[in-house]
Amino acid sequence: MSGSVRAGSPASLPDTRGRFGQFGGRFVPETLTRALDELVAEYESAKADASFQSQLDELLKTFVGRPSPLYYAKRLSEKTRGAQIWFKREDLNHTGAHKINNTLGQALLTLRMGKTRVIAETGAGQHGVATATACAHFGLPCVVYMGAEDVRRQKPNVFSMKLLGAEVRPVESGSKTLRDAVNEAMRDWMASVEDTHYIIGSVIGPHPFPAMVRDFQSVIGREARSQSLDAFQRLPDAVVACVGGGSNAAGMFFPFIEDSDVKLLGVEAGGLSSVPGQHASPLSYGSPGVLHGSYSYVMQDEDGQTSPVHSISAGLDYPGVGPEHSYWKDAGRVTYTQCQDGQALEAFDQVARNEGILPALESSHAVAKAIELASQMSSDEIVLVCLSGRGDKDAAEIARLRGQDY
Amino acid sequence: MPPWQLVQVSGDNVASMSSIDQRFDELRKAGKKAFIPFLTAGDPSLQLTARLLEQLDTCGSAIGEVGIPYSDPIADGPVIQASYTRALDSGIRIKDIFRTIGEVTPKLKMPLVSMVSYSIIQRIGSEQFVNDALVAGFAGAIVPDLLVEEADSLRTICRKHDFSLIHLVTPTTPQDRMLRIAESSSGFIYFVSITGITGERSELPADLLDKVQWLRERTDLPICIGFGISQPSHVKLLSPVADGLIVGSALVRRAAEAKSAEQSIAAVRDLANELISAMQTP
Repeated sequence: MSGSVRAGSPASLPDTRGRFGQFGGRFVPETLTRALDELVAEYESAKADASFQSQLDELLKTFVGRPSPLYYAKRLSEKTRGAQIWFKREDLNHTGAHKINNTLGQALLTLRMGKTRVIAETGAGQHGVATATACAHFGLPCVVYMGAEDVRRQKPNVFSMKLLGAEVRPVESGSKTLRDAVNEAMRDWMASVEDTHYIIGSVIGPHPFPAMVRDFQSVIGREARSQSLDAFQRLPDAVVACVGGGSNAAGMFFPFIEDSDVKLLGVEAGGLSSVPGQHASPLSYGSPGVLHGSYSYVMQDEDGQTSPVHSISAGLDYPGVGPEHSYWKDAGRVTYTQCQDGQALEAFDQVARNEGILPALESSHAVAKAIELASQMSSDEIVLVCLSGRGDKDAAEIARLRGQDY
Repeated sequence: MPPWQLVQVSGDNVASMSSIDQRFDELRKAGKKAFIPFLTAGDPSLQLTARLLEQLDTCGSAIGEVGIPYSDPIADGPVIQASYTRALDSGIRIKDIFRTIGEVTPKLKMPLVSMVSYSIIQRIGSEQFVNDALVAGFAGAIVPDLLVEEADSLRTICRKHDFSLIHLVTPTTPQDRMLRIAESSSGFIYFVSITGITGERSELPADLLDKVQWLRERTDLPICIGFGISQPSHVKLLSPVADGLIVGSALVRRAAEAKSAEQSIAAVRDLANELISAMQTP
């Protein structure tokens, strides 16, 4: 992990109870406690083990293709007539998104713990593919839970997972999206916890998942920070990332968290409107509550029942968010905003046509707000966007929305 | 001194016991075990829930467990998930549940406990939840997603009001942790029989009896076993080591499969009678 960290500083969190300020913790059935305690111990020992880190670094280099480039989006910047827009190209990673950074780390931990089976949830399917990939690489059996609605929206990824040898189990309960996939993976883990590791794909869930996933994803921000110093001889003025559960944003932001001159902007899924049920923006419109094992901002009704959410992007279509984002929001360190479906689609087109890159719909949310921000800044300023994934997976859904053949 | 005795001597009244404590006191004196049926509030209607509770009371149930439906129950199997979904789809709110429970408790000999996610308690507020639950006549709460480490503030409120806070121990709970959980609990300890989610099982783990016995020797709190129990053979096997047995999915499924309210009541009555009789005959 990077540099020295002051005790009590934001970078020193969570505390031993897994709290980021008031957020985080552990709200799960007792059955899972022992496995979570073991995971804490194993992760602490792995962090202190140079051979674990070098094994992971080697994989990230030779298998994932890291470091991912820092790319100047020149034509997009020129059209924007403001700050320079740069992309951190996580879309160029093996499997096409940032998710692989985390799954390789957790798969190595799975082996270290002597567990012999892996389960995962997935929304857009990127985490499912990244988990299936890591499991194929290490020869671990893998079951991926995916909401039936997402199975429909993200067919290419479903087929990829199967090609990689994973079993995809569609989840028919509730809203048939990411939230229900998490529920079902948790239920599997309740019964299989003795021999199975649950590779959670975002900075959500009970302690230690939010901190561990953030750490594995922090390679994004560490690289971006040092690449910025190389390319600009200074840090960027603003860093922008999309936030569903919030793993690419946490990994991008965390290494910049003590750089108080760097503005950090998290972009939630604004859906169709701010009307409840038409968006997936708990940081913008929700309030603190307990969901999926931690205390964080969430979309709930006044009885504590999870509210329906909507996003055009399956990866952001989630009623909760990582507890560290809640902490950063309340601490004022990160600004959170939201981008609606239409604006994300517009940004998708702009990146496609001006840069020759199909960005994931998730990442398009970040790009849209980066363009907006850059347009109010001067040309010597730099806005760095985490382009968290590539958009091939979204082509069919975009065609469907536009009534075009695919 | 075990904490449930602390509960008894706390507060202004010398004999402040929750009605759960009183019930186990009576059962122990009579040499009996507690049959604890679980029902989902509002599945398919609160009116039927009330009638089923009256029926289960008439059958001789010791305590009634009422599930407060929750949208994301990760400890529950398909039967109880589906019953929560049916209840929530009917549009019921917590205040409706409390109102119905408040109407039915005066008619019942058995005390009621709620099974409720911490997501709900946190949203309503611990103090408000305990207050509303007490007004409705609930004697305690089982909170399946609240670990002992996170329970301090709710426990303090529960003790102040003689409202039992029933924690769960599971087959994966280490021994030292079981003792901590016992210290934090009041009313009884909910011993989860299996590593997994709720639902009927044909077989229960072989080492369950030893684990319960180990805890039995270290706490005076009643120990009740739940998850997976559905058959008279389970009841006969477990009754000797437990103070009570909790049956949920088997009852919920029978009630849901029946074609009318009358048939639901009859189906629940028949299974309850069968299990209670298996429990009381050695």
